[in-house]
Amino acid sequence: MDKFLQEQILRMSGVNTRKCMKCGKCSGTCPAYDEMEYHPHQFVAMVESGDIDALMQSNSIWTCLSCFACVERCPRSVEPANLIEAVRLAVIRQQNANHLKAQEIPENLEEKLPQQAIVSAFRKYSK
Amino acid sequence: MQKIGVFICHCGTNIAATVDVEAVTEAIKNEPGVVYAANYQYMCSENGQALIKNAIAEYGLTGVVVCSCSPRMHEATFRKAAQEAGLNPYMVEIANIREHCSWIHKDKVEATEKAIILARAAIAKVHLNAPLISGQSDVTKRALVIGGGIAGIQTALDIAEAGFEVDIVEKSPTIGGKMAQLDKTFPTLDCAACILTPKMVDAKSNDKITLYTYSEVESVKGFVGNFEVSIRKKARYVNTDLCTGCGECTTKCPSRKAKSEFNMGLMNRGAIYIPFAQAIPNVATIDPQYCIHMKTGKCGLCEKVCSAHAIDFKQQDEIVEQKYGAIVMATGFNLINLDQFDEFGYSKYPDVVTSLEFERLMNAAGPTEGTLLRPSNHEHPHTLVFVQCVGSRDTSGCGKPYCSKICCMYTAKHAMLVRDKYPDTEVYVFYIDVRTPGKNFDEFYRRAVEQYGVHYIKGMVGKVTDKDGKLIVQGSDLLENKQLKIEADMVVLAAAVEPDPSARSVASMLTASIDTNDFMTEAHAKLRPVESPTAGIFLSGMAQGPKDIPETVSQASACAAKVIGLLAKDHLVNNPCVAQSNELRCNGCSNCEKVCPYGAISYIEKEVNDHGVREVRRIAQVNEAVCQGCGACTVTCPSGAMDLKGFSTNQIMAEVDAICR
Repeated sequence: MDKFLQEQILRMSGVNTRKCMKCGKCSGTCPAYDEMEYHPHQFVAMVESGDIDALMQSNSIWTCLSCFACVERCPRSVEPANLIEAVRLAVIRQQNANHLKAQEIPENLEEKLPQQAIVSAFRKYSK
Repeated sequence: MQKIGVFICHCGTNIAATVDVEAVTEAIKNEPGVVYAANYQYMCSENGQALIKNAIAEYGLTGVVVCSCSPRMHEATFRKAAQEAGLNPYMVEIANIREHCSWIHKDKVEATEKAIILARAAIAKVHLNAPLISGQSDVTKRALVIGGGIAGIQTALDIAEAGFEVDIVEKSPTIGGKMAQLDKTFPTLDCAACILTPKMVDAKSNDKITLYTYSEVESVKGFVGNFEVSIRKKARYVNTDLCTGCGECTTKCPSRKAKSEFNMGLMNRGAIYIPFAQAIPNVATIDPQYCIHMKTGKCGLCEKVCSAHAIDFKQQDEIVEQKYGAIVMATGFNLINLDQFDEFGYSKYPDVVTSLEFERLMNAAGPTEGTLLRPSNHEHPHTLVFVQCVGSRDTSGCGKPYCSKICCMYTAKHAMLVRDKYPDTEVYVFYIDVRTPGKNFDEFYRRAVEQYGVHYIKGMVGKVTDKDGKLIVQGSDLLENKQLKIEADMVVLAAAVEPDPSARSVASMLTASIDTNDFMTEAHAKLRPVESPTAGIFLSGMAQGPKDIPETVSQASACAAKVIGLLAKDHLVNNPCVAQSNELRCNGCSNCEKVCPYGAISYIEKEVNDHGVREVRRIAQVNEAVCQGCGACTVTCPSGAMDLKGFSTNQIMAEVDAICR
């Protein structure tokens, strides 16, 4: 139980985990479910119980597609993807290193990549 | 100067824990006019009331202030106690130091200060109180029930049983409501029609009950005991006295585009139709939107085949005016629209159906005559997935925040019936929680699992897609921590219930309050659950909140008991806090007459003596038997001539002054 980290995640994400009624619709709808060690509903439950370290060390924060299907379909407006993003940010801030630097983008670009995906990736992998 | 006694209630710890009752007693005992002040643990108890009665006798009190809970709770109690001690009941005022003070404050110092201020305001008002005498009004011994589903039918039958006349107004062509559409009913699995249709027949044959089907309430005037209602009987274009219900016209009608409401749009009906074989009344109705004759002037086949000569294309709507003593809201429910839930593919895939549609697909009188077939290809389904809480317990804005209460049980029923009838099927139920409180309810659900092998999965469906003619149901299994993809033939959505859309407009006609979900509000959630806060309006069935058939029938009978209690009275004691007009101030503008919702104000020519000048003036006069004391006229009157007894402008200003002191 890491109170400090928990509060940080909750503040960054703006999520109120107590609103969750544990229906599992987020994980039912998640297209990246099989790629994730911890699933969207588990992020909500684990942040609620303060089990943040496990989430930060998990690959799940990188395999989440940030498609926001879970946010869209949650019947209680809990917004699990915002929590996952907050955990990701906590990792990036802690390591004091971006996973993606602006100058690296041109060499990683594929012609067919939609611009939206570039913006989204930059948001996802950097401060 | 009044001699006022002030009584401060602890309400156990409800008030005393937040308000220093001793300090309040000390603070107000030297207020002008206060000759006695005391506090007691429970003022509403017999001992508490005795305290008031004794003080009235001992100190010759002319006014009483009780600092306690809301006047809605115990004003009547304390007024009665004062009356028993010989004081006019309208010399009692309540200072609400519970709901308005102790329950909403945390700081004891602040709450105590506020309680003292509220007590002072009430004392200031009592100084200006005058004894009021209640008048009486008659009771029309006839009840109106709005809605002819099981709730309305049961309420009407019980009222009629007690010997009173009852009218049922039902907007569709037949009574029976949603229950008539159901296949079997939980937890005993008897068929809905078998237990409902005899009641429908009883309602028709009872000489105390008049049915107005295909009719709607147009307007409501009046007040408890004396409602005046106009009912619009919509034109059926069929003479109901002549129609024998033979159904010849319905089979011959060439227009087949209208969706059958009774079969949830799963099959079409003629433009002239009888909703179902056991409809009451068993007469045909022409739907002018689809009738070829009404649209083009051609056809008229029904008129030709009708041997009873019952078809009347020139029929007009008819308005019936009737007086009632009591009105029952039994307007029922619908399933919500699923447009907001694209992920389940309801509008995209014909094999994704709502629970009510599923009832029709399982029903012997339904479109498939009781054989369960996939709507898309009429083949036998092998895998069925039921999804619970579709739009229920949803605070995202797409659905409803409440639990619809009936879905857990009817889903268990559906699952069980499918497995019973078709043992070669696999049935899955996605649930968030299984809620089955009720007699024999949990046993019923467990039977679905243990005896019928229904697969209950703790989790929710995220999306439904299609692949090679199958539905792919993707959902989570939280207990196994897995994401499932089930290849299904049919998906049944337990959509949330919501009040019928007519509830809102009918409630506003009745000036009865509704909650944020359009369910009718009770006078008291626990102690007066079948009455509206508006006197003379009663609540029956789903109009008040989600409930199943056993609960609806119980509530419908409870509602009838309350109606009978009202209709059994010959007179009602009126509220004496009515408007009065000061004839010297009245300028004859008629504004009050225009705003009065009860028609209680009329204008007369009267000779008045204005400071020695005698002249005939046009002035407002209030009919005290009709006035309900709403106060609309007092705020409208430009010359300050209208005032409300018991709530006069002077009294209210005195309260405000006391608060601002």
